[in-house]
Amino acid sequence: MKKREILLSILMMLLLWYIIAYLLNRPILPYPHRVFLVFARELFHELGKHLIASSLRVLLSIGIGIITASPLGIILGQSQRLDKIFLPFIYLLYPIPKVVFVPLAILFFGLGEFPKVLIIYVIIFFQIVVLVRDQAKTLKPELILSVRSLGAGRRALFRFVYLPSTLPAIFTAIRQSTGTAIAVLYLTELFGTKYGLGYYIFLTGSTLLDYSSMYAGILAMSLLGLGIYLGIEFLQKRLCPWLFIEMPH
Amino acid sequence: MKGSFIEVRDLEFFYQKEQPLFVGFCWKVERGEAWSVIGPSGCGKTTLLFLLAGLLKPKKGEILIDGKPVNRPRPETALILQDLGLLPWGTVRENVALGLKIRSFYGPDGVHAPTRPIPKDHAKLVDHWLERLNLKEVATRYPSQISGGQKQRVAIARALVLEPDLLLMDEPFSSLDAPTREDLEELTLKLQSEKGLTIITVTHSIEEAVFLGRKILCLKRPPHRDPLILEGAPPERDNPIYHQVCDKIRNYLKEHLPR
Repeated sequence: MKKREILLSILMMLLLWYIIAYLLNRPILPYPHRVFLVFARELFHELGKHLIASSLRVLLSIGIGIITASPLGIILGQSQRLDKIFLPFIYLLYPIPKVVFVPLAILFFGLGEFPKVLIIYVIIFFQIVVLVRDQAKTLKPELILSVRSLGAGRRALFRFVYLPSTLPAIFTAIRQSTGTAIAVLYLTELFGTKYGLGYYIFLTGSTLLDYSSMYAGILAMSLLGLGIYLGIEFLQKRLCPWLFIEMPH
Repeated sequence: MKGSFIEVRDLEFFYQKEQPLFVGFCWKVERGEAWSVIGPSGCGKTTLLFLLAGLLKPKKGEILIDGKPVNRPRPETALILQDLGLLPWGTVRENVALGLKIRSFYGPDGVHAPTRPIPKDHAKLVDHWLERLNLKEVATRYPSQISGGQKQRVAIARALVLEPDLLLMDEPFSSLDAPTREDLEELTLKLQSEKGLTIITVTHSIEEAVFLGRKILCLKRPPHRDPLILEGAPPERDNPIYHQVCDKIRNYLKEHLPR
């Protein structure tokens, strides 16, 4: 998308918001500028702390997800024997909406940080394993043989072949699971949370009836998702320049 | 007594035991020789190359190169496959530098890299080969952005930057148009004599086999026991001897076409 188009769509959305807020004329939908003012003020007070807590949870889950899931995906993609053993489990568990594990995680691990990070991690983990595995399967044996003949053993193959070849799949997996991950983050933060956007939104909306703050919280959560999305975009352009080349014709 | 550069001793190899490819096969190659291996598809010529490269292991017997048995890829052996195996995510320059990077990654351990010190200045070496193979102006492009002949030259540069003593090639130029192919065949011979390289080219093209090999190993239908070796011709396409040798091989292979 071009910058002008993005700007235009934002303006359209704001306009729509103003119109509906005007027509509705009730405190449950304040005008955008009110929300932005509260957002700007709160960002450096309460809201900021909640946003940081939520961001850390998501980033931690993504980080551990990448570190554990990508090697597993590569191994499954390259070893037919292990693939045969583990693939049925993965494909059985993959389509289950991980949201249903939220009560289980709380039941088993209580209300602390662990179950929150765990659930988001599980979502990202499966997405990365499946996509990286499929990507690693497409690697031609001739490529591996050629690089082995240049002296590469297991470690060098990982560094110079498997890692760069599966990087795009990792990025795609994170992009695809960000939406679900943040939705589930909201859910998990409703329970036994001191800091977290889910808790903030719920508290301001249904207990304090401070709707402008609630919308500021929703805005923060949206921006968290958007931030991850743009971050991935940025990293991918930086780390995978070959995906963005123009053909010479 | 000093042995040959490459000695294949009583080699036995099969993928399925019922269909052996090599049984008690012996073959010798001297240092600095240029050999071609020719035969119909499925005759095991690529398998022989992979055995020499240390990517496959003999079931029985052994392969000695420079007096040492080959059990894994040998750092001084370069291999160029038909599917060149260039990294799609690396530029031409990065692809040429790949072997050097792998060597620095392990250090001069004698297993992944030769024991001699690894040159520190990769860029200078890479530059030299980019220039030598006329790849300077495409150095920042990716393999998908360059022509087939250029890709081929990247593969050659990537192999030779490591200063190998043995170059193994599997159908290296088969996907190229005739002028580019002949150009690269000539370049290969030039580099071979300059560097004193031993080269072994596996091909199904008779003309290529005779042009690139001063000696030609003919493989017919497996299992192979005794090697049939033909003396080649000088690499001159308008020389009558060149055509005689081509005809000789053509007739020989015809007699042994699979039924």
